[in-house]
Formats: sequence, C-alpha cells, structure tokens
Amino acid sequence: MSAHPLVEIKGLKVYFPLAHGEVVRAVDGVDLRIHAGEAVGLVGESGSGKSTLARALLRLLPLTAGEVWFDGRPLHRLPEREMRPLRAQMQIVFQDPMASLNPRMRVGAILAEPLEVHRIARGRQAWEQAGRLLERVGLSREHLHRYPHEFSGGQRQRICIARAIATQPRLLVADEPTSALDLSIRAQIHRLLRELQEELNMAILFVTHDLHAVRQVCSRVEVMYLGKIVECAPVQRLFTEPAHPYTRTLLDAVLEPMPSQARRPRRLPTGDAPTATRVPTGCRFHTRCPIAQERCREEEPELREVGKGHRAACFYPLSGGTG
Amino acid sequence: MGGVAALRYWRGHPIALLALLYLIAVASAAILAPVIAPYRYDAQDPAAVLQPPSAKHLLGTDELGRDVFSRLVYGARVSLSVVVQVELLEVLIGVTLGLLAGYFRGRWDALIMRFTDMMFAFPDILLAILIVAILGPGLHNVFIALALTGWPSLARVVRSQTLSLREREFVESARAIGLSHTRIILRYILPNLLPTVLVAVTVDAAGVVLAESALSFLGLGAQPPLPSWGRMIDDARQLMRSQPLLLVYPAVVLSLTVMSLNFLGDALRDLWDPRRGRR
Repeated sequence: MSAHPLVEIKGLKVYFPLAHGEVVRAVDGVDLRIHAGEAVGLVGESGSGKSTLARALLRLLPLTAGEVWFDGRPLHRLPEREMRPLRAQMQIVFQDPMASLNPRMRVGAILAEPLEVHRIARGRQAWEQAGRLLERVGLSREHLHRYPHEFSGGQRQRICIARAIATQPRLLVADEPTSALDLSIRAQIHRLLRELQEELNMAILFVTHDLHAVRQVCSRVEVMYLGKIVECAPVQRLFTEPAHPYTRTLLDAVLEPMPSQARRPRRLPTGDAPTATRVPTGCRFHTRCPIAQERCREEEPELREVGKGHRAACFYPLSGGTG
Repeated sequence: MGGVAALRYWRGHPIALLALLYLIAVASAAILAPVIAPYRYDAQDPAAVLQPPSAKHLLGTDELGRDVFSRLVYGARVSLSVVVQVELLEVLIGVTLGLLAGYFRGRWDALIMRFTDMMFAFPDILLAILIVAILGPGLHNVFIALALTGWPSLARVVRSQTLSLREREFVESARAIGLSHTRIILRYILPNLLPTVLVAVTVDAAGVVLAESALSFLGLGAQPPLPSWGRMIDDARQLMRSQPLLLVYPAVVLSLTVMSLNFLGDALRDLWDPRRGRR
C-alpha cells in the first residue's frame, strides 16, 4: 500500500448558520486519514456530525474550513466542474435506499448512468455491465427492467451498492447503510460490503451508530462526539480497552445478549447531549462525563497516543494511561 | 402509478369520471369539428333566422341564420386551441423559470421570484386586457396576453416543488455520481415535477377558458364570424329577452368545461398524492 493515505482530512470544519445568528458546529476541527483498501468505522450518537463529515469529505456539502486531500489532490480547492471526473473514484451509499433512487428510472438506467457519465461503457454495453453489477450484489439480471418501488428495502440497498461500485471507486462512503433495514437483512449487507471491499481493494468509511456493524465491517474505528473525533483505535482494541469515557458509555449502551453475564455494570451517559450550537468549553464531553475533573471544564484535550494505533482526546484515559 | 390503481380510483369517483368523459367529448368535438358540424360556422341562411331546435338545426339558428350547434362545435375548437397554446407557452416559461429559481437558489431565485411577485401584483384579466389593447384584438394576441399573465402561478408551484426535490437523497446521489446540473435537471428533477405540473395546468386551463371567453365577450378575442363561446354569449346578449336559449347553450357548455377541468385537476391531485398510499 502506498505511503501516503488515500484520504487525508486536516482541521475540517463544517458550520451551518441559523437564522437568528447562532451557528451549528456540526464538524468542528476533524483530522482523519483513510488508507487505500482500509475499512474505517465512524461511530457516534445522532447529531455528532458523522454524516456531515462523510458528506463534506465527498464535497456534497460546502466546507467552512480545513483541507480534504484525496490521493494527493486538494478537494477543498477544486471547483465542482473538476470534482466531477474524480467522483468516479469516491462513491456513497445513503441510509434510505428508497429515497436515494430516482423513482422514475428503471434499475438498468440507474446503474448504467455512472458508467455512461464516466465514459466507461455506453448503450447496450452499459446495460450488459449493469446486469453483471446486479448479479454481483446478489440480484438478478431480470431486475434491470424494474422500477425501484418494486423491490424490498434490502434489495434496494443492494441496487444502491451496485450503483456505487459501478465505477470501481477507491473509496466507498457508507452512511448508515443498514439503519433503515430489518435486523435480519443487516448482516447480509455488511457481509456484502466486506466482500466488495476485499475484492475491489476499496477503502470504506462506514458511518454508523451500530457498534456490532462496525465489528463486522471495519478494522479501525473513529469515535465522534459533538463534531470532534474523541478516540480512534483498531476495532478489537476499542471494544476491549476503550480509553475515552464517551466510548465506554457507547459500548455500555449496547445491550448484552445475556444481561446476567455482563462483564461490568452499565454506565450510561447522564444528562442530555449538548447541542452543536452551544458546544461546552473545555472538553466537550465534561458535562456528561462520570470522571470529569476541574481541568476538563477549562482546557480542551487533544488526541494523544494511548497505545499502538490508539489515540484518545482525554486527560484521564481509562486504558493505557501512561501519558 | 399503476394502471389498475388508477382504474379503481376512477370507479370510486363518478363525478371525476364524468368530468373526464365530458372533456374527452369536447376535445373530440374540437378536433373533429369539420366532420361533426353539419354546417360551416359562417354559413348563413337568410331564409331561416332564429329557428327553434329542429331536425335540420339541432339547436336552432341565430339571428343570421347560422346553425348554433355547428357554431358551438367550432367554438370548442377555437376555445380549446387557445387553451392548449396558452398552457404550452405557460409551461415553457413557468417551468423553466421556476425550475431554475428552485434548483440554483441564491441570486437567480431572488431575481426570478421578485419578477414573478411583480406579475402577481397586477390583476390578471386587467393586465391581459392591457396587453391585447397594445397588441390589438384577435385570438393570437389573446393567447399571448393570457400566457404572459398566467405563468407566474405555475412558476411558483414549480419552484417550491423543485426546492423540495433538490434536497431529496436521489438528487444528492446524482451529484455524488458526478452528474452535471443539466443532466440532474433533465433526468431527476423534471420527470418528478410532471405530476405537479399536470395538475397545475389542468386547474389553470379552467381559468384560461374563462378568460378567453371574457376577452372575446369584450370583443377583444375571436373576431366575427369566428365563433368562440365568449363571442357567442356576447352576440346572444342583444336577443337575451326574446331568444334566451341562444345565450344558454354557450354558457352551459362553457360552465361545464370549466367545472370539469377543475374536477379533473382535483382528481389528478388526489391520484398522485403520495399520502394516498401508493403502491
């Protein structure tokens, strides 16, 4: 794998001004790297800014500040016209598959479109390739002539995935791709994503609040809270040794299949999440943190190494607290 | 919308169905006027003026001995052709401007919508009269006047619908694929605007039929001997006391057409309403 990362985000900020002068700081200074072929999970509560970060990375939203580099190219400086050809290399799958398919286009046309626009194939050839894509995601060639509303939720999401991989992108952003689906379908979709990632050697940024899903798909996890990354670690390590108290509460919030065998008492966050319009001073999590100290109220912690490939933004990390 | 569901809908709404059938009848009469009408609209018979209805003259004759039924049929042709032309021009202007305003937002939006608001500030029919007064009377100028006064409401509807469409995820995914604005507008926005536009056009057509008649009634539209329903009502006015039927025929046909268009518009709106549990 190449030395420099496929995606490098530096100091990214995405703010949304509200009518009465307040500002939503949805993404508030994020650094993030994704290497080629790597599957990274991005987890956090709703409202933590993870979807905004994902969309900003693909320049689907205007950036307020910061840099986004893709394969050595500065996306933050490219005009939309120059972005377009690059989009073949970075695709996205959205949460609601019905909403993200044009109800008035046949599946074949939907899948042929990226091929035609990026001049990979055209006409009959594009439909031929669309048929193969459908088969690759577990549907059949006959489905080419149907409309999106004729499918189930899981099948629609497969169509969206087929469209996303049509141009063989190097990065696939999956924005809560299974949150709108039945529990029974989720694992299948996760397996499909995992397979495709290996097959196409494609990097995945998997945005979710479902920690089980992260385990199935990703090798590394970034935890986001109120617009900032508060912890990142290899998947196994994050689950066994979370360093940030917020990550700990997230893990505790996952219901154990066997409550009696739970390893430790559940510690859930107290109080409501502050809103992104009024971000607390100091550490953003101190208002809900069970172990907050005086220092946390005044000073904002930076991400610091707490173990191998493991960083956390906390003055009093729960594990590997050597520094 | 599946064909079966549509059929079921029409069966449950007899008035809408009647309106549809009536409009189909009027439209066929308009298209087939030379075949259906027993006489030419300007064929005079000085020997048979103001005849009562008979086998020879289905609805009688007017003061110049012209067959009233034939004039009604040709009148449908005149009135409907004005409606079709007006709506086409309105769609061209209204959809284009509304779509651009809603899709690109910002400066375009402000500019276009302030202009639309300005047009709204004038009473339509007065503005139409003004335009015809400037251009001179005649059907062609009526059509231009009505289209120029009618498009703002369509532009507004299209704009608001476009505003909501452009935030939908399938438009966002179109951008993510790397489609150009032109392609997104033509393949993603426009087809999804179609139901809205059709409903708006149907309801608006009712107003155009009425406005055309009003202008013709005022002598600004169809010039004699060309019949339009408004023109016929105007002609019949002088004989209202002695020959009230001459006034009643065109008035009834006109009212039924306007009502039917309104019913049809409502029916289409229901039919395409996503909350009606489509499947």
